Amino acid sequence: MSTLLATAVGVLYATAIYLILRRSIVKLVIGLVLLSNAANLLIFTSSGLTRYAPPLIPEGADMVLNGVVADPLAQALILTAIVIGFGVLAFAVVLIHRAYEVVKADDMDQMKDTDT
Amino acid sequence: MLYALLGGFGVAALAPWLHQLFGRHSGWALAVWPATLFIYFASMLSGVNDGPVLIRHDWIPSLGIQLSFMVDGLSLLFALLISGIGVFIVAYAGRYLEQHQDLGRFYAILLAFMASMLGLVLSDNLISLFVFWELTSITSYLLIGFNHEDAAARRSALQGLFVTVGGGLALMTGLIMLAMVGGSYELSALLSQGDVIREHAWYAPILALILLGAFTKSAQFPFHFWLPNAMAAPTPVSAYLHSATMVKAGIYLLARLNPALGGTQLWLTVLGGVGAITLFIGIWLALRSTGIKKVLAYSTVMALGTLTMLIGLGTDIALSAAMAFLLAHSLYKGALFMIAGIIDHGTGSKDLRDTGGLFRAMPITAVTASVAALSLAGVLPMFGFVAKELLFESVLSSAAFWITMLVIAGTAMTVAVAALIGILPWYGKNAATKKTPHEAPPALLAGPIVLATLGLLFGLFAPLVDERLLGAAVSAVAGSSVTPNLALWHGINVALGLSALTLALGLCLYFWRDKFRHYTRFTDTLAKAGPERGYDASISWLVKISAWQTRFFQSGYLRYYLLIILLTFMALVWTVMLIHWPALSMGINLQGIQLHEYALVFVLVAAALAAARSESRLGAVASLGAVGFTVALLYVMFSAPDLGITQVLVETLTVILLVLVLFRLPGFLRLTSTALRLRDAMVASAVGITMTCLLLFAADARLYDSISHWHVAQSVPGGYGRNIVNVILVDFRALDTLGEIFVLALAATGVLAMIRLRAEDKSR
Repeated sequence: MSTLLATAVGVLYATAIYLILRRSIVKLVIGLVLLSNAANLLIFTSSGLTRYAPPLIPEGADMVLNGVVADPLAQALILTAIVIGFGVLAFAVVLIHRAYEVVKADDMDQMKDTDT
Repeated sequence: MLYALLGGFGVAALAPWLHQLFGRHSGWALAVWPATLFIYFASMLSGVNDGPVLIRHDWIPSLGIQLSFMVDGLSLLFALLISGIGVFIVAYAGRYLEQHQDLGRFYAILLAFMASMLGLVLSDNLISLFVFWELTSITSYLLIGFNHEDAAARRSALQGLFVTVGGGLALMTGLIMLAMVGGSYELSALLSQGDVIREHAWYAPILALILLGAFTKSAQFPFHFWLPNAMAAPTPVSAYLHSATMVKAGIYLLARLNPALGGTQLWLTVLGGVGAITLFIGIWLALRSTGIKKVLAYSTVMALGTLTMLIGLGTDIALSAAMAFLLAHSLYKGALFMIAGIIDHGTGSKDLRDTGGLFRAMPITAVTASVAALSLAGVLPMFGFVAKELLFESVLSSAAFWITMLVIAGTAMTVAVAALIGILPWYGKNAATKKTPHEAPPALLAGPIVLATLGLLFGLFAPLVDERLLGAAVSAVAGSSVTPNLALWHGINVALGLSALTLALGLCLYFWRDKFRHYTRFTDTLAKAGPERGYDASISWLVKISAWQTRFFQSGYLRYYLLIILLTFMALVWTVMLIHWPALSMGINLQGIQLHEYALVFVLVAAALAAARSESRLGAVASLGAVGFTVALLYVMFSAPDLGITQVLVETLTVILLVLVLFRLPGFLRLTSTALRLRDAMVASAVGITMTCLLLFAADARLYDSISHWHVAQSVPGGYGRNIVNVILVDFRALDTLGEIFVLALAATGVLAMIRLRAEDKSR
């Protein structure tokens, strides 16, 4: 399964990079969302995929039952990343909206000047 | 020792303040410091024949860099010259630059230079030697450019800096390689490793790099051009840095490393050849110049060439000649430079053609100048004569024929140059000068008188100098015990005959100097096309290339920055992957994948591609949502329920936010051509493939055990929670979460601020 997901991660990276290289700033933001998904999935895949073993400890037990459990640390990191990614996105979206109001164009080449 | 060296920097820092305190006597007051150092070093003289003294202090122990010092004959000779001449230079500068508003700053740099130069010649550690080496380059730069309002001085300062620091860079590489081969950064240890170093495959590159450093510093051909230009500095600086001390740093290094690197055919050929060429070119240009300081500067180039050549010859007698010549040169050239300053100070003339008959106005200076010039010419009974006899004997016994010829011609021309300095300005008819000539004050005269007298006394008592000072220095250079046997009278032999011959030739040349100048005009065009042209060209190329690369890398377009970053990233990753290719294995394994998983990944890929290709904003946002929710499903399927929940929540918010905002923005335009799109698509695909390959390689390689076993085990007993991910977030790694909250708060503040800003715009 990790082979399949590795391919998917590759496709996500490729599409994200393609969008980030565009002149349209909206496409850049969409690319950023894809890029953060790609990175999260990369960490998730590389930490090892486990089916039907969430990192939860059943009521009454001190340990996981059979000892095999999905890696909780990678999940904790990704969870942080998802939330921060959203924060960055919210900021970026408001920023491009503001920039559009000033520059009146969805084109980064017209945002090269420092004073507007 | 440490205090003696580092104290110099302290005195330098205090110098401007001391200058204000002592007013017009500050020169004498500050000269106390070098005088103290001179006495300190002189007190070490008696022990120097017993072998080197080593003193160590830890500096950066983790890197094996120590502040360690070695006192042996060679370093002590240099230390005595630096501190001894320094006394007179400081006193001289106090009077010479009396009217200058920045005299305090001048003292500070001059004393800092003195401390660096002492550090350079006393260092035992290669790294600290290099640090001091560069410090002398920097202080030299500041001193040449001391009159910084003069464009020519600034240009000369920069030229000197570029040439010497460029060589310094090569030197550093060479020294590090030397230490790697010799197994130590300590000179005292390296000098006994000569055989190992000379046999090593790196010998030639090490030698080339170190010689580049030494040749640039000591103005050897083809780097000789910076030294005459450095005469833009005030005269005390020319006398001190650019004749007696700093330019001899390269010579010092060659002499110091002679036991480790010397004695090979390569060493002999390069040093002997370059030295002889430098010698001849230097004295030729000296004879063609008319500016007093220019003449002296070019004759310094000649002396430096002679020293390089003698060290290259490497026989005991050649090394004795080198050390004697070095001492003699420092004495008479220091004196002559200071006298050039006195002429400038007393008459306002800087050119030999504007002077004449000054003997009547300044008799003491005139006599001193003549005595120093006699030593320069190598006339009996001066110390210069002793050195010149040894020079002849060593080239006669071991140098190639053409080198011998160059030395004889050069020595004859030196006699003419000495006559130019020692006779021309003083006797004959009076020349019209800008100021009425007057005798110099004691502070200016002290240095030349003492140095010129020493040149005479050392000649008369040559065996004593030999026993007390030079013997140990020559032994240190040779790496074994050598007795130079300096004497004023060696009997009637070939060398004495050559002395007489060159003296006669030189005097003829002096009397027919105008004819000589006339018939040798053609060399000026050659000199103009010389190395300085090369320097100018390389500087202008440097500017052009840096302008071009700035335009190329700092284009101001995000996509080009990204392209450069991505291409560099891929180049680096693929280089490493290809190097380790045979050891890598792709963990390709398609077994056990269920149909719905295939379907899910298919949807993910299709949605991502649709988002990239979409021509409408809403289409792109919808595809983005599809990607996000598919990823959430994948999280859930592979045992990450918390991630799934968070992802669904965030993805919903993202889609809503994007729809709300993008609704107000214009539709997509086609901004780039198909060719550019194709290029970007190719780069993007390459990055995607790189990431996939990386992931596949990584899937099969786990070098260390996961640290999350600890988290799993401690979740209940340590964190009192059953959802391990939650326990990690709020307990084990709570500080991370706090940071995350800060980021979110910051983003929220930013969003709020921008919305407020907009509202205010509208209300206006």
